[in-house]
Amino acid sequence: MNHNELSDRQADVLKELGNIGAGHAATALSTLLRDNVRMSVSSARMCPFDEIADLAGGAESIIAGVFIRMSGDIEGNIMFLLSLNSAKQLIRRLLNQQAEADDFTELELSAIAEVGNIMGGSYLNAVSQLTRLRLWQSVPAVAVDMAGAILDIGLLAAGEVSDSAILIDTAIRQGTLDVSGHFFLLPDPGSTDILLKALGSSDD
Amino acid sequence: MVRAPVRLKTTGLGSCVGVVVYDGAAGLLGMAHIMLPTAPARGEHSHTKYANLAVPWLIRRLLAEGGQKARFRAKIAGGAQMFASSGGSEVLRVGPRNVEAVREALMAASVPLVAQDVGGNVGRTIEFDLLAETLWIRTAHKGVYQI
Repeated sequence: MNHNELSDRQADVLKELGNIGAGHAATALSTLLRDNVRMSVSSARMCPFDEIADLAGGAESIIAGVFIRMSGDIEGNIMFLLSLNSAKQLIRRLLNQQAEADDFTELELSAIAEVGNIMGGSYLNAVSQLTRLRLWQSVPAVAVDMAGAILDIGLLAAGEVSDSAILIDTAIRQGTLDVSGHFFLLPDPGSTDILLKALGSSDD
Repeated sequence: MVRAPVRLKTTGLGSCVGVVVYDGAAGLLGMAHIMLPTAPARGEHSHTKYANLAVPWLIRRLLAEGGQKARFRAKIAGGAQMFASSGGSEVLRVGPRNVEAVREALMAASVPLVAQDVGGNVGRTIEFDLLAETLWIRTAHKGVYQI
């Protein structure tokens, strides 16, 4: 497969995969927040690096991000990105306390990491069941900083071979708490073929 | 690659390193946004994102524009480790490896590295003002400062 191209059919298959993963992750988050959370896959496509940062509000916008490495039969990165306001809303609900104005305490950061962890786990479980691929996830890492800086690590594997990455983007919309964010699945370039084959949609 | 008084800027550097090579007297300035230490052995690659290709490329471009090697100076910023690597993942330590690779490439080209603001765990936006030979750095948590 050409690194820079996804056929429409392949994009559809990845989008459907993302939808199933997102459905499970949304259920997990709804349970956690005791509130209804909607997640829908906005796109599955080859996305230039600049545009990925734009989806998160621009390279310089300050966001909270959770990074999880996926390994096993395929490898890739999961990035769970939230606006600062959304992160604070999540924390208020989870820890049942008023979050401080600007900074995040250690406890608050680990709460965000745990949300990412739970969502990543549900998402990957769904992907694993669907594809019969074995998948593991790393311990989540969390940072609050510029979107561009947080995304650097997620784009490294793709950066080895091109200036764009396959991005399965899931928008998160949460009703009464006004939590919005993105859940990115970025399969490594070498893993995309395996993923598509497992889904019966390789061009070979 | 620009001439004074134009400024060059790159935004949201995390593990990436921004490298500036300039010739103040000639009013010449080049900047590269380094993503990885070395280019893969095979295939065609963009010159601008690997330390081992981007630094020599910047120098070639400045020479082609009439810069004089003896006057070249460099400043660098970035190379942070944005996420603590509790999982021990090697990929999270690419920032320090990028910094090391840029330093080595500059040394190999005999271009003095006159200032740097590297490492830590913060993202940086940088902008170089050639007239003042100043690299302005903005971070999310510490505001704006210069090197």
